Amino acid sequence: MVRNLLLAVLVVAVVGTGYWGYREHSEKNAILIHAENNYQRAFHDLAYQIDLLHDKLGATLAMNSHASLSPALAEVWKIAAEAHSDVGQLPLSLLPFNKTQEFLSQIGEFSYRTAVRDLEEEPLTKEEYKTLQALYKNAGTIRQELRNVQHLVLENNLRWMDVELALATNDEKGDNIIIDGFKAVEKNVDTFSSSSEFGPSFIGLANEEKGFVRAQGRPITKNEAKRIARDFLGLKGTEEIKVTESGKGADDRFYSLTIRDPKTKGDIYMDITKNGGYPIWALNSRPIGKPKISLHEATNRGMAFLKRHQFTGFELYDSTQYDNVVVLTFVKSENGIRIYPEAVQMKVALDNGRIVGFTARDYLSSSIPRPLPKPKLTVEAVKKKVNPQLKVMEQRQAVIMNDLQKPVLCYEFLGTLGDETYQLFINASTGLEEKVEKLESVEPNYG
Amino acid sequence: MVRKLIVFTLIGVLVCLHPAGDAAAFSPQVIQRGAVGDDVIELQARLQYLGFYKGKIDGVFGWGTYWALRNFQQKYGLPVDGLAGAETKRKLVKASKYYEQFVKEQIRQGNEFTHYGGIPLSQQVKKRGSGGRTAKTTASNVPKGFSQNDIQLMANAVYGEARGEPYIGQVAVAAVILNRLQHPSFPDTVAGVIFQPGAFTAVADGQIWLTPNETARKAVLDAINGWDPSGGAIYYFNPATATSAWIWSRPQIKRIGQHIFCK
Repeated sequence: MVRNLLLAVLVVAVVGTGYWGYREHSEKNAILIHAENNYQRAFHDLAYQIDLLHDKLGATLAMNSHASLSPALAEVWKIAAEAHSDVGQLPLSLLPFNKTQEFLSQIGEFSYRTAVRDLEEEPLTKEEYKTLQALYKNAGTIRQELRNVQHLVLENNLRWMDVELALATNDEKGDNIIIDGFKAVEKNVDTFSSSSEFGPSFIGLANEEKGFVRAQGRPITKNEAKRIARDFLGLKGTEEIKVTESGKGADDRFYSLTIRDPKTKGDIYMDITKNGGYPIWALNSRPIGKPKISLHEATNRGMAFLKRHQFTGFELYDSTQYDNVVVLTFVKSENGIRIYPEAVQMKVALDNGRIVGFTARDYLSSSIPRPLPKPKLTVEAVKKKVNPQLKVMEQRQAVIMNDLQKPVLCYEFLGTLGDETYQLFINASTGLEEKVEKLESVEPNYG
Repeated sequence: MVRKLIVFTLIGVLVCLHPAGDAAAFSPQVIQRGAVGDDVIELQARLQYLGFYKGKIDGVFGWGTYWALRNFQQKYGLPVDGLAGAETKRKLVKASKYYEQFVKEQIRQGNEFTHYGGIPLSQQVKKRGSGGRTAKTTASNVPKGFSQNDIQLMANAVYGEARGEPYIGQVAVAAVILNRLQHPSFPDTVAGVIFQPGAFTAVADGQIWLTPNETARKAVLDAINGWDPSGGAIYYFNPATATSAWIWSRPQIKRIGQHIFCK
């Protein structure tokens, strides 16, 4: 009797466990299939978009009327953006695939710039046609490679989950068809983009890092860096300072300093250029207490700090309070012309009004030629081009970097339309509306 | 003339109706655009009372408040500088009323409300909130182009990836996310970069869903506001755990804590 009962309990337990195991297994399977399907969708979509990209680029080559060329280029821009986003959804970040990503993003940029341009007035140049041809040819190669990989994936039921696994475990010997296929694509793009076929109009698109052009001067030593830090941060001299030099990958050599004051909690960090010993940035990680001074007072102290360290001719552009610190942005101003790329940011603690952060990265890497050009148009002439709905409240001259990363002298207008505030930049020699931005820095708290 | 008289009578009646309205005023600080807190609430309420400010009384000195203040300064013959200094505040207090208890109560309850002069306060409230708010203001400053939720998402990623790192290492990880946004090889959105498959281990193993601490959030804010301790890096790795040979081939910029940052 007891035996039978035990047996029954055992049977129930076994069946129960079996059922539970089966449920677990199928649930896990469902999740895996779901993840795999996401990858498959991104991959097949990518193959399709590249196909389309190739076709559209081909079509633009044959077009002659500006009326059809602009929309076609706009479509190329859209397709390139979609393909770019598809690549971002595939587990390729451990695989060198950046050249292809870059290629897609450059096609996007090139087509955007040509699409928004008035081709009636400024048709595609010979160079640009050459670039377009090169893009077409390259897209064709990528298309072929991808279609080939796609065929193999479909034929052999290949799974992207295996790719992810192979990449994660760094399985070198495994001959994964997908990985090999993508490596081939990457290699092709690489050889292609290093060739000169693209023409200068395309190469120029690459964001060249200019480095700290302002940091000129003889290289300083580690000890000099310490001295600069002591002076800049107003240290007492009892702090422990550790200096390391930047690695080979840095565009410009610099020293990184970690400053530990045995008395206060939190370290101060600072980077100083090797050439000339310019402070790039500094950040104090000490805990900050309750606010005791106002934002306005903090701004004054920030300004005084700049003056004390030979940053002359700066004016406050923006001030923002975050809890117990404020972030200030100062820009260079020459004869009333604001030079926006030459900005310095600062963080001031509201508990004691001391500077707890400083960064001059933008200022140091800006290379706006001087003297600044004179405006060809008068402010009155330019003001007529401002949207009549906009109520202009402030105006001045300003230098900004435009869409093409070129410095341009503009008239800046601050104005309101409805409840919103807008910042407009209109080119002072061509009258072109270079940039319009809605200024919004306040967000309601949710919940 | 007649209209003005009516308005004045109305205001007079209102004042009689609300004897609780007090003129307890501003702290001595000069209030400047970007400021947050009680003084800003009072400033907005008083400017709204006079009809200069039509936006929400949220305690954050944004552009709307700025123009309202300037218009007030112009109308009242003050130097137009957009700063609420002693003289501006004195004239403002003289010209307007501030029903502090009413305003604070509405903010605490999360109600939608206004503070115009000449309209009974009871008509200026739309019950919305459930009450029990502890925050002093109903809005916050955010860096341009980022919402509080973007910051939160980045803080999650930073906390998951680098919570054991020194503060500067956390700022650097946040800076890498931002550098990737700008870089052609990477997706163009915060979520796209963070959730790119295989990009961050904390995303892959779910550590991103730990609740981030205040330090991670501050690190993200510093990075967004322009601090980049990574020196322009778009990759970083922990040399003790990195399995990929390729990552070692990247040109290295610097080491912070356990992470090597590279191009």
